[in-house]
Amino acid sequence: MATKLSPKEYIKRPDHLTGGHRLCAGCGAGIVLRQVLMGAKDNPVVISNATGCLEVSTTIYPYTAWKDSFIHSAFENAAATISGVEAAYKSLLRQGKVQSDKPYKFLSVGGDGGSYDIGLQALSGALERGHDIVVLCYDNGAYMNTGFQRSAATPFGAWTTTSPDGKVRPGKTQQRKNLTRIAVAHGIPYVAQASPHNFRDLISKAEVAFDTPGPAFLNVLSPCPRGWRSADPDGMKLAKMMVQSCFWPLYEVVDGRYTINYDPKDRKIPIRDWMEQQGRFKHLFKPQFAYMIDEAQAYVDSEWDRLKSMTTLPGGGEA
Amino acid sequence: MSTTTEKLLAVTGNQAVAMAMKQLDPDVVAAYPITPQTDVVQTFSQYVADGVVKAEFVTVESEHSAMSACIGSAAAGARTMTATSSAGFALMWEVVYVAASLRLPIIMTTVNRALSGPINIHCDHSDSMGGRDSGWIQIYNEDAQEAYDATVMSFPIAEHADVRLPLMNMYDGFIISGAIGPLRPLSDETVKAFAGEQPVVRTLLKPEEPITVGPFDGLHGWYFEHKIAQNRAMEAALPIIQDTYDRFAEVSGRQYHHLMQYDMEDADVAIVVIGSAAGTARTVIKTLRDEGIKAGLIKIRTFRPFPTEEMARALSGVKAVAVLDRADSFGAQGGPLYLEVLAALYQKGVHTKTVNCIYGLGGRDLYPRNIEDVYRMLADAADGGDLPHSRVYLNMKGE
Repeated sequence: MATKLSPKEYIKRPDHLTGGHRLCAGCGAGIVLRQVLMGAKDNPVVISNATGCLEVSTTIYPYTAWKDSFIHSAFENAAATISGVEAAYKSLLRQGKVQSDKPYKFLSVGGDGGSYDIGLQALSGALERGHDIVVLCYDNGAYMNTGFQRSAATPFGAWTTTSPDGKVRPGKTQQRKNLTRIAVAHGIPYVAQASPHNFRDLISKAEVAFDTPGPAFLNVLSPCPRGWRSADPDGMKLAKMMVQSCFWPLYEVVDGRYTINYDPKDRKIPIRDWMEQQGRFKHLFKPQFAYMIDEAQAYVDSEWDRLKSMTTLPGGGEA
Repeated sequence: MSTTTEKLLAVTGNQAVAMAMKQLDPDVVAAYPITPQTDVVQTFSQYVADGVVKAEFVTVESEHSAMSACIGSAAAGARTMTATSSAGFALMWEVVYVAASLRLPIIMTTVNRALSGPINIHCDHSDSMGGRDSGWIQIYNEDAQEAYDATVMSFPIAEHADVRLPLMNMYDGFIISGAIGPLRPLSDETVKAFAGEQPVVRTLLKPEEPITVGPFDGLHGWYFEHKIAQNRAMEAALPIIQDTYDRFAEVSGRQYHHLMQYDMEDADVAIVVIGSAAGTARTVIKTLRDEGIKAGLIKIRTFRPFPTEEMARALSGVKAVAVLDRADSFGAQGGPLYLEVLAALYQKGVHTKTVNCIYGLGGRDLYPRNIEDVYRMLADAADGGDLPHSRVYLNMKGE
C-alpha cells in the first residue's frame, strides 16, 4: 500500500513537466501529470502520450514542456508505443547499449477517449503482456480536445456535443464504463483510482505504480472547466465532492486485493451537490429529466456497495 | 574471405526472410500473425525461444500495435523489424505514415496478399501498393533469394544519414512465401559485417539529452517543410540504394539494380512487371525469341523511390510496352505501376505505345500463355496495330 509523505517532501522532488504549457486555466491534466511524475522521483522517464489536450498543449513544435523524453505517435496507441520503448530499453540494457545511472520509468498516458474507447485494445494488450510500465488515464469524462463529445467515461445524464439534451433526450443515457475494473481483470500487480485534489494520495499511488515491477494502471479524475461547464477555480473542489459522493472512489488493488482509501461513511454527499455546479448537468434539474438524477444516484450507490463488498472476503458459499 | 556458405538450401520465402532476420539479430521485433506472413514471425519466435537471437519479441495484440511498438522501439534507438500482410498492413495504415514522418528506419517484410473484400488470402499487390505514398522505401522481390538479400541490405539503406526512412520488402504471398525455392545464404559474419552497427542518433533513452518525438505541428508551423524533407530523403535514397546493391554484389556475387532488365538490348516489345510473374515472363521470352519476336522484360525492384529516368531510358527504344499490374487503382487510367511508367515516359519524352494489363488479383494464376498473348499483342502493335486504351485483364473467367 502507498505511503504518503508530507507536502514538504514532495515539493523537493524534481518537476518533470514545466510551466508555460498551453493547457486551459483550471485544467486538471497538467496538475495530474505533475503529481504522477513526482511519483517517479528523480528517475528518467519516457512518456508516451495519446493524441489529446495534453499532447497538443505541451508539445507545440518547436517547443516542448517536457523535461523527460516524450513520444506521441497517434491517438489509440500510447500503450502500444510505450511497449516498444520498454522492449527497446530491456534489449539495449541487456546489451550494454544504454547508459543510465538510474533506471528508466515508462509512462503511457491518455485521456478517457484514448483509454476507455479508442485506446482500450492497445491498453489491454500492454497490460496483458506484462511490460514494466505505468498506464495512466486522466479521466475528464469526454473528448474535450475535439470539443466535448461523449466517451464511455461520460457520466450518465451529462450533456456533451454528441449527447446533447433536447426536447426529448436527457443527455447521455448510458452509465459509465468501469475501466478501473477492466484493468483489475488483467490480474496486474497494481491498479489504483485517485484524484488530484488529494495529491498526497495520488503521488503516493503513482510512486507505488512506478516502483512496482510489471504493469500498473492509474485512473485519475481530471477536472475540465470547459467541458464540465464549471468555473475555472472550482476544479479541485468539484473533484473532492465527486470523491465524497463516492462517484469516484479512491481505492487501490494490489495483487488483486482491494483497499478503499477513503470512505465518507455517514458524510457521503449526494451527487446532485456537484452536478448542480456543472453546466453539463443543468438540464437534469428541469422537472421532466429529474428522474435521471435519481437513476444516476442509484447506480453510484450500487457501484459503491459493490466496491465495498470487494474489500472483504466473506468465505463460505457454495461451489 | 569466404562470404557465402557453400550450401544451397531449399527453403520457403518466409523461411529465407526469417533466416536473414536471425542473422541480422535486431534489438526488437514486434509482430502479429497474419496469413501468409505468419511463419516469418513463427520461425523468429522459435529463435527467441531457443535463445539464438538477442531480440525482445513483442507479441502485440494487433498490427496497429505492432507498428506502434516498432515506432516506440525505433525512437528508443533499437534496431527494429516487423512483418505483415494484407489486412494487417491496412490496419497499420495510420501508423505506417507516422513511422515514415518520424524518420524511423524500421524494416518491415510485407508478404503481398489481396485486400478484403471479398476476403481472400492469396497474392496480389493491393496491400503494399496502397502504401506507396506512405513515405516508406519499397523494394519488391521475385523469389526467396531476392527477399533474403533485400532483407540483409535493408538497415544500411534505411539508416543512412541522408535517408532515415523506414523500408519495406515485398514478395508474393504463397507463390514465394510458401513455395520452396533455392537459397544461397551468406555467412553470419558476412551479414553482420554488411549490416554494420546502427549510426548514433538522438534517441528517447539518453538521460542527459531528453527529446520530444512527434510533437504537435498543427498551428501553421512547419508541417509542409517536414513533408518536403521526407521527399528529399526519398530522392536521396535512390543512389544510396544502388550503392548498397553494388556493395552487396561485392560480398555475394549477386548484382541488383532498381530495374532488372532481361533481353532489353534489342527489344522491340517489352513487359514491365513486379514480383514472381517475372520468372514466368522470362520463360516465355525464350520461346518468342526463337520465333523472331524481339521480346524484353523489365522487372522492378525499387518502386519507392521510383527510378523514373532509368525506366524511361530502358523503354526508349521499345515500340510497344505492356505494364502488368497485380493491383488496380479503381477509376484511374490503370494500375499503380502503369501510372508510374506512363508518367516516366511522358516526362522524359519517350513516345511508345503502351497498354495496361491487370492480372493475378486475389491469387488468380498467370500462365505462360497469358504472357505470350500479351507479347503477341505488343508485336502486332509494333507492326503498326493499335493497343487497347482500357485495361486488359489476363486470365479472366468467361473469356
